Amino acid sequence: MSLLLIVILPFLGALLPAVLIRSGRGMAAAGAGLATAAALAGVLAHLPRVFAGEAVVARLDWLPALGLSASFRLDGLAALFAILILGIGLLILFYARYYLAKADPAGRFFTYLMLFQGAMLGIVLSDNILLLLIFWELTSLSSFLLIGYWSHRPDARAGAVMALVVTATGGLVMIAGMLVLGGIAGSYEISQIVKAGPAIRDSGLYPLALGLILLGAFTKSAQFPFHFWLPRAMAAPTPVSAYLHSATMVKAGVFLLARLWPALSGTPEWFYVVTTVGLVTMLWGASVALFRTDLKALLAYSTVSHLGLIVMLLGFGSKAAALAAVFHVLNHASFKAALFLSAGIIEHETGTRDIDRLGGLRRLMPLTFALATLAALSMAGVPLLNGFLSKEMMLEEAAHTTYLGGVWVLAALTTLGALISAGYSFRLIVLTFLGQEREDYPTKPHDPAIGLWLAPALLVAVVVVVGLFPALARPLVAAAAGAVVGADMSGVVLKIWHGLTPALAMSAIALAGGALLLTQARRLQWAGVALARLSAPAVYAAIMTGAEAGARRLSAALHDGAMARSLAALVLVALAAGGWAFASAGLGPETRAMLPVPPVVAVGWLALIVASLWLPFLHRDRLLALVLIGIIGLMVSIGFIYLSAPDLALTQITVEVVTVVLMLLALNFLPKQSIAEPFALRARDAGLASAAGLGVGALIYALMRRDFAAPTISAYHVENAYSGGGGTNIVNVILVDFRGYDTFGEIIVLGIAALVIFALADVMLRRPALRRLIAWTPDQPRAGDAHPLMLVVTTRLVLPVALMVGVYIFLRGHNAPGGGFVAGLVVSIALVMQYMASGLAWAEARLRFDYHALIGAGVLIAGLTGIGAWFAGRPFLTSAFGYVTLPPLEKFELATAMAFDLGVFLTVVGAVMLALASLSRLSHRAHHDERKRGETG
Amino acid sequence: MIAIALDFAFGCFGLALLLNLWRIVRAPGVTDRVLALDTMVVNAIALLVLYGIRQGTAVYFEAAVLIAMVGFVSTVAYAKFMLRGDIVE
Repeated sequence: MSLLLIVILPFLGALLPAVLIRSGRGMAAAGAGLATAAALAGVLAHLPRVFAGEAVVARLDWLPALGLSASFRLDGLAALFAILILGIGLLILFYARYYLAKADPAGRFFTYLMLFQGAMLGIVLSDNILLLLIFWELTSLSSFLLIGYWSHRPDARAGAVMALVVTATGGLVMIAGMLVLGGIAGSYEISQIVKAGPAIRDSGLYPLALGLILLGAFTKSAQFPFHFWLPRAMAAPTPVSAYLHSATMVKAGVFLLARLWPALSGTPEWFYVVTTVGLVTMLWGASVALFRTDLKALLAYSTVSHLGLIVMLLGFGSKAAALAAVFHVLNHASFKAALFLSAGIIEHETGTRDIDRLGGLRRLMPLTFALATLAALSMAGVPLLNGFLSKEMMLEEAAHTTYLGGVWVLAALTTLGALISAGYSFRLIVLTFLGQEREDYPTKPHDPAIGLWLAPALLVAVVVVVGLFPALARPLVAAAAGAVVGADMSGVVLKIWHGLTPALAMSAIALAGGALLLTQARRLQWAGVALARLSAPAVYAAIMTGAEAGARRLSAALHDGAMARSLAALVLVALAAGGWAFASAGLGPETRAMLPVPPVVAVGWLALIVASLWLPFLHRDRLLALVLIGIIGLMVSIGFIYLSAPDLALTQITVEVVTVVLMLLALNFLPKQSIAEPFALRARDAGLASAAGLGVGALIYALMRRDFAAPTISAYHVENAYSGGGGTNIVNVILVDFRGYDTFGEIIVLGIAALVIFALADVMLRRPALRRLIAWTPDQPRAGDAHPLMLVVTTRLVLPVALMVGVYIFLRGHNAPGGGFVAGLVVSIALVMQYMASGLAWAEARLRFDYHALIGAGVLIAGLTGIGAWFAGRPFLTSAFGYVTLPPLEKFELATAMAFDLGVFLTVVGAVMLALASLSRLSHRAHHDERKRGETG
Repeated sequence: MIAIALDFAFGCFGLALLLNLWRIVRAPGVTDRVLALDTMVVNAIALLVLYGIRQGTAVYFEAAVLIAMVGFVSTVAYAKFMLRGDIVE
């Protein structure tokens, strides 16, 4: 099975529960499970090749120019993680099917879980760090949804937000680190980066890249001091905790460290940072876990501790340590998932997961007791279980690694970590299952049905089988470790008995010490209290409160609801950027002479200046302001013509008319005078506006007086307009062909804008706004005819002419000024005239096509034209043209761009008319009621 | 001969444009200003046609025709707004 398919399967599976949930949650879980199982089978089918040391690859170029391609690679490490993700995922789906309460929306749960699974699988299979980052962010988002699944609970919401904030912030930092790394290595492909290891470590940017990437990995893997989000994330349903915090989410950081191990490890920076963080995390997590009474919190902190252990091993930088780390990933995933699921069973069956309220469950829940005890003993590192094997290897490595100048430092500290770990594992068993049976369990405990115990049982089976026959896990672990260190590790042997080694002694000390710790728990209570006081969440809360307050202040400063404020911010930024560019890069000498200014042109220029300068002083009289804008529009249009831009001029002329009509329609409902702002505000805005206007003027002047420093792109357009696009009007060819994508996006935006106007107007026509509309009375007297006969006759006569002009402008657009946009505006104006002359009712009775449909048809035609290119095996919107002779007509051109332009045309007509009709419907309604009132009263 | 005629015509319409501008600045009310704007549009059309004759191209002529065809719609809209408040009844 192709890796691409394997990666996509969970995402496809995410769709199934949403559809299947109507047939019950069993079907939904089965659908999700089917996709997971298929992906798992796909991975397993590749195993023989992976064990042989090969890597399976699949590649799809996506944005090759950015170095971003969807390239996937399945090697030993990826296979190990993929099997964990999919295998445990399958068990979790099965378990969750029976775990979720009736009231919980199960379809949503399975969908989130599959999304998360897909994102995780994407991380481990990606061979491109940019692609990996995308999946990385996806895991942050989907884990947010999963942790906050019980969104009615405040702790779930807070936990979800905290997890998102911490891991997404880390992810953000990591993006920077990855870009630096990719820059050093010269490639974003992981397989290339790994090969460039020595060059990366010698680079001056290495510490920067390392620091940023480590921050990302540490936040994700809940390393000290970013570990605090993990226990809070326990507010999630237990299957989620089991999945996210045993096998997947938190292992992503570990995975990344392992993946980049050959590129980044082996330096003192790596050794001290990674080892120290791992070590501190291991000790800290274990110490806190020792005093927790909530089963899930205990497991959460123990997870933190074990993650620290794995990170520390990766920090050592030796091959044997990497092997131990990979092996512990597998072991930890199996026993920790089993423990979480057991905790879920206990909570499900007894109603509590507080070990102070439990105890004595040994006889009441024998099966659960057996499963949880085996898993916990494995966590403690008891021989013949898999946890022992990797812990032994860890101790062995620690005993041989020099840290801070001494061999014994690490040996002592890791033994202490193992000791505490054994302590909390024993404590979990003893306080939950042993001791006296109680009378006051919240509900009567009993073993669950198979639905709940099967998943942990299978996991415990792995724990025991690997513990007894470690050789069975050897091929997978060796392949994974080989992929981490980039060397053949197939010679390694995993065995229980290594002889009388220092590690064995340390292990024995740890187990004995753990047992002793259990008996001394009461005396150590003070330490627990002290640890609880040292909490990172306080810092987090302070940062969050500060950030929230800062964000609120900033957005209040930028957006106070007045448009002037946000425009001012925007203009200010543009000014600053322009000023900076102006100041930092000098101007070359002026190379072009000024054009002569004929007197008539100077008059037009004068009109433009007078109107522009006068507008700010008169803008409060809105009608007058509109008249002045009319002057400006006219002069700009004429200017376009004079300066050889007829296409722009045609557009500007028609846009002016439509603007005035729409503005006047709206002005009917607005105060005719705008309110006066304080002088200071006006002075500020005037200053900003003048600076921006003069700045743009200066920029244009500077540009036009000089030859361009770089060759312009217009030469390309001039050369290719006819040969490539089949048109002699370059402007039109650019719009419908070269930049067809932009135009396509623009007409969609135009359509959306018109629909929004319609929707807003429609709201006004409903209660309770309708009452205000009906109560509205015109604020100026009425005079003259509603529908003057002269106007009616004129517009009727103009209509066919205008429509013909529209068709003409449309048809010739490809080769001479014009095109769909202008034609659409001309036709709209012709129709608007009828509205104005004869009224809404008259026009609507005769114009019987639906403007919504017109917009839709326009976008659809343009889109289909673009899609048509696919059938010719070309990218979207590739145009084609040819010449046709159809007697008795002369030879004429047919271009697909014409169909595209038709789409533009229809959208423009639909959008303009819809906006106009929506606005006029408002006043129609108001007047209608006014007239009725007149009749009755 | 045509050059002199064109120069003369340019001068006349340029002057007319200036007078329109003067009217817009000094008019007593909005009505006169709208009227002045409308006259300004007419003068602009004339100038465009003249410019087209001088340059010997039809492109400007088309723009002038388009302005002539749609330009009056704004004036109608202003007028209707001032008379009735509502331009589409």
